[in-house]
Amino acid sequence: MSRIGVFVCHCGLNIAGTVDVEKAAKFISNYPGVIYATDYVYMCSDPGQDMIKEVVKEKKLDGIVVAACSPTMHEVTFRNTVASVGLNPYRCEIANIREQCSWVHQDNKEIATEKAVQIIEATVEKLKLDKSLVPLSIPITKKALVIGGGIAGIQASLDIADSGYEVVLVEKNQSIGGHMLQLSETFPTLDCPQCIATPKMVQVGQHSKIKLLAYSEVEEVSGYVGNFKVKIRRKASFVDWDKCTGCGLCIEKCPVKVLSEFDEFLAKRKAIYTLFPQAVPNKPVIDSNNCLYFTKGKCRACEKNCSVEAINFEQKDSFIEEDVGAIIVATGYDLMDKAEIGEYGYGKYEDVIDGLQAERVLAPAGPTNGIPYRPSDGKIPKEVVFIQCVGSRDPEHYYPYCSKVCCMYTVKQAMLYKHAVPDGQAYVFYMDIRCNGKGYEEFLQRGIEEDRILYIRGRVSKIFKDGDKIEVWGADTLTGRKIEISADMVVLAMAMVPSQGVKKLTEKLRLATDEYGFLTEAHPKLRPVESLTAGCFLAGAAQAPKDIPETVAQASGAASKVLSLFSQDVFYHEPIIGSVDEEVCVGCGNCVSICAYDAVELDLATKVAKVNPALCEGCGACSAACPSGAMQQNNFGKRQIFEMVDAFAKS
Amino acid sequence: MKISYFPGCTLKTMAKDFEDSALASASCLGIELVELPRWNCCGTVYSLTSDDLIHQVAPIRNLIRVKEQEDNRVVTLCSMCYHTLKRANKLVREDKEKLDKLNNLMYREDVKYDGEIEVLHLLEILKNEVSFNQIAKKVKIPLKELKVAPYYGCLLLRPPEIGLDDAENPTILKDFLESIGAEVIDYPYQTECCASYHTVVNIDLVVERAHDILSSAIKQGAEAIVLSCPLCGFNLDNRQKEIKEKFSDFKGIPVFYFTQLLALSLGLDEKVCGFELNFVDPRPLLKSKHLIGGV
Repeated sequence: MSRIGVFVCHCGLNIAGTVDVEKAAKFISNYPGVIYATDYVYMCSDPGQDMIKEVVKEKKLDGIVVAACSPTMHEVTFRNTVASVGLNPYRCEIANIREQCSWVHQDNKEIATEKAVQIIEATVEKLKLDKSLVPLSIPITKKALVIGGGIAGIQASLDIADSGYEVVLVEKNQSIGGHMLQLSETFPTLDCPQCIATPKMVQVGQHSKIKLLAYSEVEEVSGYVGNFKVKIRRKASFVDWDKCTGCGLCIEKCPVKVLSEFDEFLAKRKAIYTLFPQAVPNKPVIDSNNCLYFTKGKCRACEKNCSVEAINFEQKDSFIEEDVGAIIVATGYDLMDKAEIGEYGYGKYEDVIDGLQAERVLAPAGPTNGIPYRPSDGKIPKEVVFIQCVGSRDPEHYYPYCSKVCCMYTVKQAMLYKHAVPDGQAYVFYMDIRCNGKGYEEFLQRGIEEDRILYIRGRVSKIFKDGDKIEVWGADTLTGRKIEISADMVVLAMAMVPSQGVKKLTEKLRLATDEYGFLTEAHPKLRPVESLTAGCFLAGAAQAPKDIPETVAQASGAASKVLSLFSQDVFYHEPIIGSVDEEVCVGCGNCVSICAYDAVELDLATKVAKVNPALCEGCGACSAACPSGAMQQNNFGKRQIFEMVDAFAKS
Repeated sequence: MKISYFPGCTLKTMAKDFEDSALASASCLGIELVELPRWNCCGTVYSLTSDDLIHQVAPIRNLIRVKEQEDNRVVTLCSMCYHTLKRANKLVREDKEKLDKLNNLMYREDVKYDGEIEVLHLLEILKNEVSFNQIAKKVKIPLKELKVAPYYGCLLLRPPEIGLDDAENPTILKDFLESIGAEVIDYPYQTECCASYHTVVNIDLVVERAHDILSSAIKQGAEAIVLSCPLCGFNLDNRQKEIKEKFSDFKGIPVFYFTQLLALSLGLDEKVCGFELNFVDPRPLLKSKHLIGGV
């Protein structure tokens, strides 16, 4: 016979105001298996917990039910309480009589009391069959993988490496830096991103604890928290980076010119190229789609001019494997393609550019060294129209979300334009202005008051080319008038979207994404840097549109989560997971296909299902799918559920 | 190929030239447009009021007529009829409750409507079933050197879920006109509204808009406008009288229904084009290009 104690909490008046707690405690004390029951005003308080400890010891209880709030609130509290006096924590159950009873039945105290008793009785029945479980302990490989070498990945890598742990940083381009290095200047202080980001890039390149794998992509991921195995593809650069001194002569001698991705197709680069002068690593790659040797079989000018014989046209992709304990995904964003926007010309007008192109147009290190020009003819534009929320906040056509940074970068771009062309006019069409960071509102006011940026509240309905002007038709919704502007250049603040290729990566990592492809955090408020996959963390715009300060903060947050994982020698995992009765299992494989975490597999030798306890998150889908009852969730066994249903049904 | 045809009121009166040229051209291309018996007004302006179901009776009743003919498609010529019928059809296809109510309102009809009729515009038939390539092969008098500006207006294209082409960058009229050999002019106003029914009470507004649209086309070198809506036709063609009164430098430009040019290019009798119904007489232009006889 069990020796169960029941502790009914008043929760002030939250429960006691509706449920007659004294009566409930008295009633339940006569229930089979219960040898003690009492009530108390705040069970979670120190005196409440002390009382539980005393009773457990005094009455030699082998299990307790705390009838209180939701288990998400205080299950851990009470499990720790009983563990401190030697009772197995999994022999403590919570009967939720607040959210599921008193709060929803405030109009009928009698029925509420009756229901509270039933809930407690059912929980007692479950407890009778609860096993004493022990958390799994999993060893941890204390090395982190960071995917993406933008400012988020750089910050996270440095934070982890500075704490003494090894980091593998994988970047798909030939240099780290990401979009931040493309920017002209950064709001709200107007310092140049090169000045503030390149020191961090250099630190990454030189850090003894960071293994930087540029021009590489994650190919395969297996394993689980603490014990991931990662296969990384090192893309063929056709340059032996170990030999290359970064002298740049090959680039100078290359005869091919193609549009530069880094300059957002506004300027040219060579077929052998580095992204920008401060690149880390500062080593070139050959673009085999455009290189004369690869396309026509001749030239080899780079090879002839390389004094250290670093050029290797025969180079192939290679693969390396790394064992890591944690993964930070910092894959960043792209801008939505302006060719998708019909009313603004489907990207067919050269002088209608997107936000990142505007950054290159205005960048001191850009194609014209910061002198604003328009792409079609290189003239300095005298009238520039900025349109915000293009693709964002437009649920009917594109994306419902706010891209968050456009209000601020539009002020910045308009301001930089006005600084360079004081007699020019900058117009901004906006829906709302959302400048809600530190120093942001002041920055906007400075733009409006000092730099005379003209803000017009309303949307632009149509853009078309008329001669060498771009005609912009919009509405001023504050005056109710139609606005027509003959502009020289138009800048579209395009919606931010997850970066290309991230979908494939999320499949490899089994990461959840929202409907737009942004990575989903474990909890939107309380676990914003963790993913639902244990051991995988999120940083930067891969999770949602973010500006630089917020990205850096999140990257440090993700790094600190990795560090707290690495601070233990083993990782403890909840034991409430699926377990297989091998005598009963017929090996149908239902559980394998239903598992969202790839935690179940069929044992090839015995032909029965096998649960990987480290991967199992205890969702219970397998036990529901099992036709024979072989798969049972620990402490949520079929018999336990039936006993609970019986307890409800008989009264 | 036989297909039910819904004319609509204007096609029998002011836009008789549209209907005559359309029927003759279609027949030349092997399509028999069979006029619906007992058709009624299309409903004219699609009612956007959500609880205004009585306005949907007219369009749905026409679709019942189509069902009675044991046809599953109906073709229109007028952009507004196309819009109203197709939009009402979409409404009842997506809202069973409203469909039931409408059927109950029309309880004396022999058949119940179930959303099965497809509403099409003649341009869609030309594009998807005849194909512009085939039309090009049947053209006897290519409209070479005739510089035409297509004008879509709103109702062929908007809202996008009803429109027959991309609302921002339509090409169907352009492709059609190229298939009959015309030189097509691109100009920014081709999808702008003609001001529609403001022509009844606010002529000034219509005059301004029509002037903007026509001048933009003329500036790009257009010699004629081509459209598919009798109301757009009225505002862009007949209102040129008032435009000239207000803008003394406005010279005028002929306005065609697309079927008039189709009939002409297929070598049909000039009579079916009904050019005498055009407000701005297009015949001098056509003569100058040697597309019709006479001096």
